[in-house]
Amino acid sequence: MTPHMLTRSLDRSATIFLAVVAACGILIPLSNLLLPAGSFLQVPTYLVALWGKYVCYAILALSIDLIWGYCGILSLGHGAFFALGGYAMGMYLMRQIGTRGVYGNPILPDFMVFLNWEKLPWYWYGFDMFWFAALMVLVVPGLLAFCFGWLAFRSRVTGVYLSIITQAMTYALLLAFFRNDFGFGGNNGLTDFKDILGFNVQAEGTRAALFALSCLALIIGFLICRAIVSSKLGKVLIAVRDAESRTRFLGYRVESYKLFVFTVSACMAGVAGALYVPQVGIINPSEFAPGNSIEAVIWVAVGGRGTLVGAALGAVVVNYAKTFFTSGVLAPYWLFMLGALFILVTLLLPKGIVGTFNAWWDQSKEKRTPATSVSAAAEDGVTEPKMAE
Amino acid sequence: MNVMDTRATSAMLYLDGVHVSFDGFHAINNLSLTLEPGEMRAIIGPNGAGKTTMMDIITGKTKPDEGTVLFDGVTDLTRLDETRIAELGIGRKFQKPTVFESQTVQDNLLLALNVDHSVRGTLFWRGSKAEAERIDKVLETIRLTEARNRLAGSLSHGQKQWLEIGMLLAQDPKLLLVDEPVAGMTDVETHLTAELLKEINKTHTVMVVEHDMTFVRELGVKVTCLHEGTVLAEGTIDQVSSNERVIEVYLGR
Repeated sequence: MTPHMLTRSLDRSATIFLAVVAACGILIPLSNLLLPAGSFLQVPTYLVALWGKYVCYAILALSIDLIWGYCGILSLGHGAFFALGGYAMGMYLMRQIGTRGVYGNPILPDFMVFLNWEKLPWYWYGFDMFWFAALMVLVVPGLLAFCFGWLAFRSRVTGVYLSIITQAMTYALLLAFFRNDFGFGGNNGLTDFKDILGFNVQAEGTRAALFALSCLALIIGFLICRAIVSSKLGKVLIAVRDAESRTRFLGYRVESYKLFVFTVSACMAGVAGALYVPQVGIINPSEFAPGNSIEAVIWVAVGGRGTLVGAALGAVVVNYAKTFFTSGVLAPYWLFMLGALFILVTLLLPKGIVGTFNAWWDQSKEKRTPATSVSAAAEDGVTEPKMAE
Repeated sequence: MNVMDTRATSAMLYLDGVHVSFDGFHAINNLSLTLEPGEMRAIIGPNGAGKTTMMDIITGKTKPDEGTVLFDGVTDLTRLDETRIAELGIGRKFQKPTVFESQTVQDNLLLALNVDHSVRGTLFWRGSKAEAERIDKVLETIRLTEARNRLAGSLSHGQKQWLEIGMLLAQDPKLLLVDEPVAGMTDVETHLTAELLKEINKTHTVMVVEHDMTFVRELGVKVTCLHEGTVLAEGTIDQVSSNERVIEVYLGR
């Protein structure tokens, strides 16, 4: 990212968003670690872990907004990339258990001993090293997205057809990971983690650090997305979203643009999954469930597609609501409420929370300064800086 | 453009014996047509005559079943896709104005500029003075300088048509295909559009599809009348409009 891309990408809402995330990323871990337990301002450890989960979901939502909000690619299988990143991290964590497993095998994870496997499958090689696992967190989802996208976009599969095959993709992976002989722990997935980089995953300090890292990843992911959408490439993406064939007639290779942004998005989703797994302590095939991916799309719709900030906000708001409502008497009705939320947002707030707020803000600004309304709208993020900047 | 002088013998666009059928319907039937470099040609014909399908073939949207389509005397367009053909220098204005509605007028022109269209080129793009000047010039030509920061979706119908012509200018193609540029325009706008196209024709080869006879007459160029996917008549507007068969099929008398 060059400096001019950075400055160009920061507008008012982006700056506020970054400040809030950075403040949370610093203050919440500090409050958890430094203040005495039970004090009013102390954030209990269980909340740090819970909010850390929300931050990971926010990164996933951001990755979906990048392709859906800006390029019109509605992926209903983005949970697959999230889960693959999670599995890559889970494999590292499994290898760190070593002899502390139930069977005490220094090489093989428990489930492999249980299945009477003699040696480690080749695709588990290297996952004892953190750098390798971290690389795979990006490479595996990215490679899958690249191959999938290359085939789909070249054949000009778009719209609802693309959505359906992304669902099929995540469902196929769900079925594959359920199989015991696939080598990823089958139904139970990967769990009972002990250490990450030598630190106990259960320890308060580790949890606080993971939370801070998740916030940092959210900030970096957000900056990457902003840099992409505020570059000329971002304008091409919006052009593809609004009039794909027109863009082609201007001489843009639309499939290359889609492939680029889809792959970047999948890598981001992978990072989100990798940060998620040590904080929740388990990864299993249910993360591939098609419903998860659809839920993530709802977060983006609620927050406001095509706003980035809205996607992250939507993920936190909807998941907070989910935590709140699934822990009380209303628990059995959560899915109905989620469905109702989606319908209501589609009908009443088609631009989502942030989109609606932005529209209202611009309108009231226009009222205050009617004479310069055109230039005001132009300055307010509706358009990018002038050509000759 | 010195293309006119050096390539005067070979056609800019050469169609010969082109056939296309959709589910048994012969949209284009043995169509042959030649466009010389620097020429402006008006294409007329009743609805369903194959005018838009012909443009689809030239721009690579539709592949012909048989026939030859040569660009600039050498390039076989039937083998290329839309992006490649656009890169070669064929620009198209659609029948229904298609601008990028959620982006500003100047961003629409910026997207149309014939500069680096690769993913990397656009990701690390920085505006240059030359680009800004070209956009300013186009804005002036299409009379939208005042509206440069407005969203394209908020323009009037006629302005959208002009913006799309402006996008063609920014693209600076060798050959412009203009599909119904004055549909839905007022008389004044129609007149201005004719002036604009004549101006553009000084440096570009242009093919215009239009129903509006006053407009075609104002252009004062060679006219080709299509009917049922084939050329019915060719000549000046007076010759074509006095042709018995043209009157029969097109003017409905």
